Amino acid sequence: MAGPSLAVWKFASCDGCQLALLDCRDELLALAERVRIAHFPEATSRVEAGPYDISLVEGSVTTPSDLDRLRSIRQHSRVLVAIGACATAGGIQALRNLADVSEFAAACYPRPDYLAALATSTPVAGHVTVDYELRGCPIDRGQLLELLGALLAGRAPRLPRHSVCLECKARGTTCLLVTGAQPCLGPVTAAGCGAICPAYRRGCYGCFGPAEDAAVAALAPALRAAGLAGRDLVRVYQTFNVAAFAAAGGGSDDSPR
Amino acid sequence: MTHRGDRALRVAGLARVEGQGGMRVRVEDGRVTDVRLEIYEPPRFFEAFLRGRGHTEPPDITARVCGICPVAYQLSACRAIEDACGVMVGGGLADLRRLIYCGEWIASHALHIYLLHAPDFLGYPGAVELAADHRELVERGLALKQAGNALLAAVGGRAVHPVNLRLGGFYRLPERSELAALTPLLRRALADALATVEWVAGFEFPDFDHEHELLALVEPGRYAIESGQPRTDRGRSFPVQAMDAYLREEQVPHSTARHARLAGPDGRAPGLYSTGPLARYALSGQWLPPLARQAADAAGLGAVCRNPFRSIVVRAVELTAAVEEALRLVRDYRPPLEPAVPVPPRAGTGYGATEAPRGVLFHRYRLAADGTVRDARIVPPTAQNQASVEDDLRRFVAARLDQDDHQLTHACEQAIRNYDPCISCATHFLDLRMERR
Repeated sequence: MAGPSLAVWKFASCDGCQLALLDCRDELLALAERVRIAHFPEATSRVEAGPYDISLVEGSVTTPSDLDRLRSIRQHSRVLVAIGACATAGGIQALRNLADVSEFAAACYPRPDYLAALATSTPVAGHVTVDYELRGCPIDRGQLLELLGALLAGRAPRLPRHSVCLECKARGTTCLLVTGAQPCLGPVTAAGCGAICPAYRRGCYGCFGPAEDAAVAALAPALRAAGLAGRDLVRVYQTFNVAAFAAAGGGSDDSPR
Repeated sequence: MTHRGDRALRVAGLARVEGQGGMRVRVEDGRVTDVRLEIYEPPRFFEAFLRGRGHTEPPDITARVCGICPVAYQLSACRAIEDACGVMVGGGLADLRRLIYCGEWIASHALHIYLLHAPDFLGYPGAVELAADHRELVERGLALKQAGNALLAAVGGRAVHPVNLRLGGFYRLPERSELAALTPLLRRALADALATVEWVAGFEFPDFDHEHELLALVEPGRYAIESGQPRTDRGRSFPVQAMDAYLREEQVPHSTARHARLAGPDGRAPGLYSTGPLARYALSGQWLPPLARQAADAAGLGAVCRNPFRSIVVRAVELTAAVEEALRLVRDYRPPLEPAVPVPPRAGTGYGATEAPRGVLFHRYRLAADGTVRDARIVPPTAQNQASVEDDLRRFVAARLDQDDHQLTHACEQAIRNYDPCISCATHFLDLRMERR
């Protein structure tokens, strides 16, 4: 098996993003012929030492030992790709950043002293240089294949950061905000999923994080008009990309949760 | 030279399990003195940050506990919150929930059988290496997984963290034609699933049985998936609403997952139990759909299977059952009148349980009058199975101390994978270490 080496790493996460790699039925075996799978514990117990040409990193940094492990991965990787909302924004577990982690630990475990947890859940790019990011909770399989294909061909990957609205238009879905049917985060959320939710008559819930230049404040009146009010208007941004939306001005209101 | 009677076996970083964990076995004077399934998947504190959320939010939030069984989380959460609000979802909506759950069983069981577990029996480090010699086998596994994914995507919008499930039902009901389009794929999957049972039934299994109490949901007349009442093979049965009295969890220093034991109001000491395919098969095997039942008989499973190594055969039977069920549900599908029934909030506590691919998943929520979540409890299958895995390892190693460390360590890893442990779930897991001193 010649070709560049591929490594998959996991931090705090649900495993759903690396699963996207195993979901590539027609592409997985073809990919296995073009790259050498050097480290992918969920798929094989065979492990090669680094350096690695491409490292895919899933999950967020949440424990003291994560920091050293991540730095070591960076050191041994030519290209490092952060995959998914946990790795790119801290994930749902970044809700601890708004609270007291020791209280959280005491709420979930009878012996919180057995645990080692950092006060915050932070993205990979908060600690090491990241070459590419795949957004989403979970990532989109098509975007993953586009990125790997581009890296193998030595070209730049096409990873749009415009909003979900363009994908809705391309799909021919009637706008949920215009019809007032549902509050929708599509106008401020990065594309990549193919605008699935609106096609299922559900407002986008922002699982790909903020789009480039997302006008979060400007969307508030439209969300209100569609029935979102009070705490819900805050909570809607406080999910899988809570930290990234907060940086874009969403969900950072100081009203009580 | 190490004294022959004292050994330490360990695996740091178990492969082909979902999440992070390891194992440590200590043998002193020829006796197994300590077995630890070490789960170091970092805690994410779901039960803490669910507090203060709206009652409509837990299905999507808890789906993120596990990327392999998000539908299990979504539907256990829906059932618990609907219970709190006094709403029953039945009829066509319940059928559609069962259909998407079949998709998750197909995808998850195909993943575990072909990519995670079968390589153990065939002597390969993983499916990629297996594919180099037996490409057609791995392709069959991936085709089965894809059939499950297609079903998840047709009903749920996407395979991982589907978007179309909500309290009371769905956002949009699929058209008959959208589901009918799955029929050719499911027919092929049925043939592949039956071939899978035949294939895995021919593997060599270590001679090993366990006596754990087996817990599964039971719904007389059909194989319980998305609903049912907890029951054990020793005749104990309790409503889901009594989960707090029956499920006792404790925390051990070597794990970020809590260990569960089965207690009861009868004052019995909390005991070992396990949940998952072997438990479901023992309690609901007579209600398997016809082709899955025939396949189980042909595979020689009998009425009860207590060898966890043969769980791969039971999983293949369940894979067949899920495809059969899906074909029936697709055939009979008529879109219900409304995509969802209203679930207005009210103050109260609700309980929900469904059969995740790895076993029963319990949820409990206490809601304020406006629907705000006051507290939450989630008891995932891997937490319930953790003590049973350790017990299996202890007895398995004790009977095989004549094997060398390499053989024994490998066999222990396999014994762990019997449970398809989902470490991401258990923490809301594996490093195999064996120490012989």
